[in-house]
Amino acid sequence: MKNVLEYLEHSAGLYSDKVAIADVENRLTYKELKEQAQCIGSLLIEKLGVTFGMTNPVAVLMDKCAFSLAAFMGVVYSGNFYVVIDAEMPVERINTIFEALLPVAVLTDTAHMDKAKKLKLSEGGIVVGIEDAPKASDIQSDKLNQVRCNMIDTDPVYALFTSGSTGVPKGAVVSHRNVISYTTWYTDTFGIDSDTVFGNQTPFYFSMSVSDVYSSLSSGATLQIIPKSLFSFPIKLMEFMNERKINTIYWVPSALCIIANWKMFQYASLPHLKKVLFAGEVMPTRQLNYWIENLPDATFANLFGPTETTDICTYYVVNRSFADDEPLPMGNACNNCSVFVLDEAGQLVTPEIDTETGYSREGELYARGSFVAMGYYGNREKTEAAFVQNPLNDKYPELVYKTGDLVKYNQYGELVYITRKDFQIKHMGYRIELGEVEAAAGALSGIKACAAVFDAEKDKIVFVYEGRKYDDKEIIDGIGKRVPHYMLPNVIVRIKSMPHNQNGKIDRKWLTANYETV
Amino acid sequence: MEELLEIMHEVKPGVTFEGDSDLIGHGLLDSIAIVTLVGELCDAFDIEISPVDVVPENFKTVEAIYALITRLQED
Repeated sequence: MKNVLEYLEHSAGLYSDKVAIADVENRLTYKELKEQAQCIGSLLIEKLGVTFGMTNPVAVLMDKCAFSLAAFMGVVYSGNFYVVIDAEMPVERINTIFEALLPVAVLTDTAHMDKAKKLKLSEGGIVVGIEDAPKASDIQSDKLNQVRCNMIDTDPVYALFTSGSTGVPKGAVVSHRNVISYTTWYTDTFGIDSDTVFGNQTPFYFSMSVSDVYSSLSSGATLQIIPKSLFSFPIKLMEFMNERKINTIYWVPSALCIIANWKMFQYASLPHLKKVLFAGEVMPTRQLNYWIENLPDATFANLFGPTETTDICTYYVVNRSFADDEPLPMGNACNNCSVFVLDEAGQLVTPEIDTETGYSREGELYARGSFVAMGYYGNREKTEAAFVQNPLNDKYPELVYKTGDLVKYNQYGELVYITRKDFQIKHMGYRIELGEVEAAAGALSGIKACAAVFDAEKDKIVFVYEGRKYDDKEIIDGIGKRVPHYMLPNVIVRIKSMPHNQNGKIDRKWLTANYETV
Repeated sequence: MEELLEIMHEVKPGVTFEGDSDLIGHGLLDSIAIVTLVGELCDAFDIEISPVDVVPENFKTVEAIYALITRLQED
C-alpha cells in the first residue's frame, strides 16, 4: 500500500455501516466518511484544478468534530495536503503560520467563514466552504482517479505546526510513507482492531491525534471525540466514556491526572477500558500508580517522540512496578524505527552502565527511518539544522532527525528521558536536569502537579506546585531525598492552578516568565 | 455571595461572572479553573465537595454555585 486513502477505502469496504468517527451530536459511518471525503475532494479539484508534480497546502479551519476527518481526507483526495488550524487561534497568529505556508486554499465551515476571509493566503488563494461540497451522486470519480494516479508515498499527507523555541512556528511535513510505517507499528503493538473504541482527547492540530486517527482508519475502529469541556467534570467524563464504550485512550498525562487527582475510581468505574497510553509530557508515577491500582488488567504504555517522527519513536509498556518517586523509562525504539544516542563529541553512547550512577553515559537522541518526517515546510534553515546526514554513515545519503532530547540507558537497556537539550541548565557550576527535580517531588503525596523551571537571569531553580500547602522545608526535605543539594530549588511557589498550553500540557514557558507574580 | 465572588475573582481575575447564564459554555470557567475553585471553596466554606457534585449544573451560574455551597453547609 502507498496511500493513506487506502485505509479509508479498505475499512469502508469491510465495515461500511460501522461508525468511523463520532462527536457528541454527530457520527459518520465508514461509508459516509468515504463519500463525504470524496465530495470534498471533488469540490477542491473543481476550485483548484488538477496539479501535477506538486502537492500544495490546504488549511482546514473548523471546530473539532466528526466532519473534520472528512475534510482532512477530502484534501488528500484532491491531491493536496492538509494543515489543521486551531480554530481558537487568533488571526495574527494564524497569519504567522501562513507566511511560511502560503496555502492555496482554506477549507472552512459557515461558522468560521468570516475569520477565514481575514487570513493571508498565497496569491490567488481561495476560501472554500465545506457546505458547498456536491452530493454523493455528483462525486467526480474520473477527476479523483486522475489525481490519484499521480500520487506517490513520499507525497505529504499533512503538515503540523509546532511552536518553535524562537516563537516562529515550524511545520513538519509528514508523508504517506511516514504515516503508514508509523501506523503499522502502532496498530500491531497495541492490538488496535475493529473492536477498538478510541476516546480521543488530543486536538487534531497536535501530533498525538495522528495515532488515534490513522490507527482507527486502518483497522476499522471507532474514534469517539471526547468534548474538551468534559475534562472539567470528571464524573461526566467517566459517564461519557462508559456510554460510548471507550476501551482505548491515548491522552496527555495532564488529562490522566485529572481522574487520579480527584480519586475518581471511588465514585465510578471504567469497565470497558483496556488500554491506557500516554505521551506528550512526563507522566507522574504516583498518578500512574493510582490508575494501575484501579485498572490492574489494563495495558499501560509510555510513548515518546516528537512531531518530526510522525508522533513517536520509542515506547515502554509498563511491565514492572515503580515507586512513586521513580521516573518511568521511555523504553526502546518502535518497530521499523531506529534510535541512537550520541555524546557531545559525536561518539555513540552504548547501554553500558556506569556502576556509580546506575545509568549509561548520556547524550542526544537521534531517530532514523521511515517515521522521520520530510522536513519543515518553507523553512530550509531549520530543516537543515534538525534533519541531518547520519553522523554514523559517511557512505551514502541518509537523513536522520536530531531530537534535541537528552537521554541515557538504565540497567534494563531502556532509554530514560533526561530533559530537552535546551532545558539542561548550568547552576552553581553543575549541569542540572529539571525533570529529575520534578520526579523527586513524586515523594510528596499532596502535590497534584508540579514543574521545575529555571530563571537563567537570576540563576535560580524555581519549583512550582499545585496541591496542598507545604512548608518550604517539607518540600526541600522531600525532594532532597532523591537529588543532590545543588539541584534543590531556590524558589518555591504554590500556584492555585497549573497553567496548561493549548495541547493540554503544563505551560513551562509561561511559568518561567510569570512565577514571581502568581 | 460576596465571599464566593471574591474567591472566583481570585481564581480568574478580570472576569465578570455576575449575571452570566452559562459560565461553562461561555468559557469563563475552564477545567483548570473549576478544579482550583472547588479546592478554594472547600477551604473557605469548610465544606467537602465530592466529584459527584462537580457537574455542569452546579457551576453554570454564580447562583448555582452559591446554592451548592448552601446545600453542602446544611448537610
